[in-house]
Amino acid sequence: MNKVRTQLMLCGGTGCHANYSLKFKETLQAELQAKGLAEEIKIIETGCNGFCAVGPVMLVQPEGIFYQKLTPEIVPHLVEEHFLKGRPVKKLFYTEPASKETIPRMDQIPFFANQVFWVMRNKGVIDPEVIDEYIARDGYFGAAKALKEMTPEQIVEEVKISGLRGRGGAGFPTGLKWEFARKSPGDVKYVLCNADEGDPGAFMDRSVLEADPHAVLEGMIIAARAINAHQGYIYARTEYPLAIRRLGIAIRQAREYGLLGKDIFGTGFDFDIEIYQGAGAFVCGEETALMRSIEGKRGMPRPRPPFPAIKGLWEKPTILNNVETLASIAQIITNGGKWYASVGTEGSKGTKVFALSGDVNNIGLVEVPMGTTLRKLIFDIGGGIPNKKKFKAVQLGGPSGGCVPEQYLDTPVDYEEIAKVGAIMGSGGAIVMDHETCMVDMARFFMDFVQDESCGKCTPCREGTRRLLHILEKICEGRGEPGDIELLEELSGIIKEASLCGLGQTGPNPVLSTLRYFRDEYEAHIQEKRCPAKRCVALLKFEIDPDICTKCGACFRACPAEAIAWKKKEIARIDKAKCVKCMTCFDKCKFDAIS
Amino acid sequence: MGTDFHPNHPDITADMWERIDAVVTANQGVPGSVIGVLRECQEIVGYLPVELIDYISIGLNLSRSEVFGVASFYALFSLYPKGRNLVKVCMGTACYVKGIKEVISRIENHFQVKQGDTTSDRRFSLEPVRCLGACGLAPVMVVNSDTYGDVKSDKVVHILNKYE
Ligand SMILES: Cc1cc2nc3c(=O)[nH]c(=O)nc-3n(C[C@H](O)[C@H](O)[C@H](O)COP(=O)(O)O)c2cc1C
Ligand code: FES
Repeated sequence: MNKVRTQLMLCGGTGCHANYSLKFKETLQAELQAKGLAEEIKIIETGCNGFCAVGPVMLVQPEGIFYQKLTPEIVPHLVEEHFLKGRPVKKLFYTEPASKETIPRMDQIPFFANQVFWVMRNKGVIDPEVIDEYIARDGYFGAAKALKEMTPEQIVEEVKISGLRGRGGAGFPTGLKWEFARKSPGDVKYVLCNADEGDPGAFMDRSVLEADPHAVLEGMIIAARAINAHQGYIYARTEYPLAIRRLGIAIRQAREYGLLGKDIFGTGFDFDIEIYQGAGAFVCGEETALMRSIEGKRGMPRPRPPFPAIKGLWEKPTILNNVETLASIAQIITNGGKWYASVGTEGSKGTKVFALSGDVNNIGLVEVPMGTTLRKLIFDIGGGIPNKKKFKAVQLGGPSGGCVPEQYLDTPVDYEEIAKVGAIMGSGGAIVMDHETCMVDMARFFMDFVQDESCGKCTPCREGTRRLLHILEKICEGRGEPGDIELLEELSGIIKEASLCGLGQTGPNPVLSTLRYFRDEYEAHIQEKRCPAKRCVALLKFEIDPDICTKCGACFRACPAEAIAWKKKEIARIDKAKCVKCMTCFDKCKFDAIS
Repeated sequence: MGTDFHPNHPDITADMWERIDAVVTANQGVPGSVIGVLRECQEIVGYLPVELIDYISIGLNLSRSEVFGVASFYALFSLYPKGRNLVKVCMGTACYVKGIKEVISRIENHFQVKQGDTTSDRRFSLEPVRCLGACGLAPVMVVNSDTYGDVKSDKVVHILNKYE
């Protein structure tokens, strides 16, 4: 008999690990042991819960009580109060930033209540290192159905009906991709999973892999059956050690259960999966480059056609899908394509996971039905902008994407609608920026990224993005000249048109989209040598405005160079000879008195 | 491969050569194995000296240019030795928006080291990296295997002073 009365679902994702969740776990385990509770109360380390901003977090089941910001110091109190006396500890509850109200249950917290968990249905609910827990939640049911009851044609048809589109960025219909590969002649074919997640500021795929690795394996098994492949590879970022470890465990357990390897489910179908670690190159997220990299070469893209469905890895027919795409497949097979297509918009079905970060209260992982507005995403679920600051823009799609300003916040999450306002759905990175973010500097930041990651094979991308960066640097340093904006636009057009792969074809987007909405900021930098957001160091004067200064001394105390003179009831002054321009005082001044 | 073939290198000990040989031998004739071999060898030695790259190319029966081409293409591989403590500062978008730039300039000023370089006493290597996938903690810094979230420019020197 199972005596366990309470399960503590402690988040073991990267974010919570970094906030010492393991130390908390050890302390808690020891305390439960000491109090004789270890038999009835079990700690289960789950994958990323999604609410990284308040980590480490823990869900107490079956009550549904949600604890946040846990520390080892609180353990004795927590065990005494909640687990011995049955009184949940209020000071560990989530507090709504606006109303200051505390909310005990996870399903009542707005961050969770407004989401729909399909791809993330198992996150925080199962132990990702135990295959039985996945199976208990109908895991591998879809694979069994696909292999035992369906023909490859039927599988492809079901995925087509679902309307699922690739979540890696481009949004290509998944069913169609599989159909091409299924029809492509050849005995040897491959199924690849793209877990390279290169977009800086995106961590959806990492979290799915950490929380529910079997969902990805199951998707790959079904894909393999659909196109008749017998070998799969997961191309994973080397920066994700925890995800790679859990994937390794999942593959081993699936093999032990006969779900990978020879004769799966006794159907005579063979399929196995290997993990392949990347080595730090953004361009390797691009499909042809990724395949070159698995072949052990420099990860450089090649022109298409031939498309990978015809000639992919080792010149064999291959499909490549994103982690989130594959994690959706099993449920589509289990519940039917129609069920999946019942949620969403005309052209975009199902749900989309976003990694919400930047200047927003509730940083974390968010899954919403397609068609949800960006406003709802950022303000209802994200809880708005911290410190009473103003929203400026949200950046979607990373270096290939663009920013969406205030006036388009009612745009729904939909591939076409987001493209209309000059951004892209992208893989799901959503970085919120407040009014203290300089948009010219952001464009410079992305261009620095793109030119650095350009593989160098084609000239427009290699040289063009470098020129763009130089012009942007010049503008940020106060050396901008009339005509620079036009030059940026012209050059961007050429790079987009003439580049070989998606990196160059989309690389200038951050420049074009900031120019579209924040042209006045560029003009202020160039004509007035002024950075309206006060971020570009070269354009700042490092002077304190005596009319605004409240004589509080915060800047004086923070200055690491002792360059600020201040006495009680006196206005602070910066000694420019000593100032190292580190910007610490800008951060500390609450009154915006420094320019 | 016998030990007499091992090129002399001050940073590679006999024990390391033994482990390198094991890695190379296990991957001989395996297509596409070179990236994995380079990774494992870098883990053993700490970086990839040119002599080691040459040695690997002979062992895997690939041309030197091919192996060198791979080693220089991927950001993971370093052709130069690193400092005693590896300081990775996240240059992902979330961390950038949250002010990693100020943190980096603070480290540069205080420890006299440029991004991508090592201090002259080899105490720190300062390495900007792409998103570490922990954007919820932005700005993020990883020192060796310790992750620090919400790193601000006025705290960073204090954190780094703990590392000798
Ligand atoms: C420069 C570049 C980087 C990319 N990086 C990724 C990535 O990190 N993850 C990903 O899933 N797709 C990435 N893609 C998209 C892939 O090329 C490919 O379209 C996708 O993995 C296909 O899977 P899907 O149809 O399921 O989206 C990238 C594309 C380009 C051009
Ligand atoms: S941007 Fe720094 S961890 Fe993601």
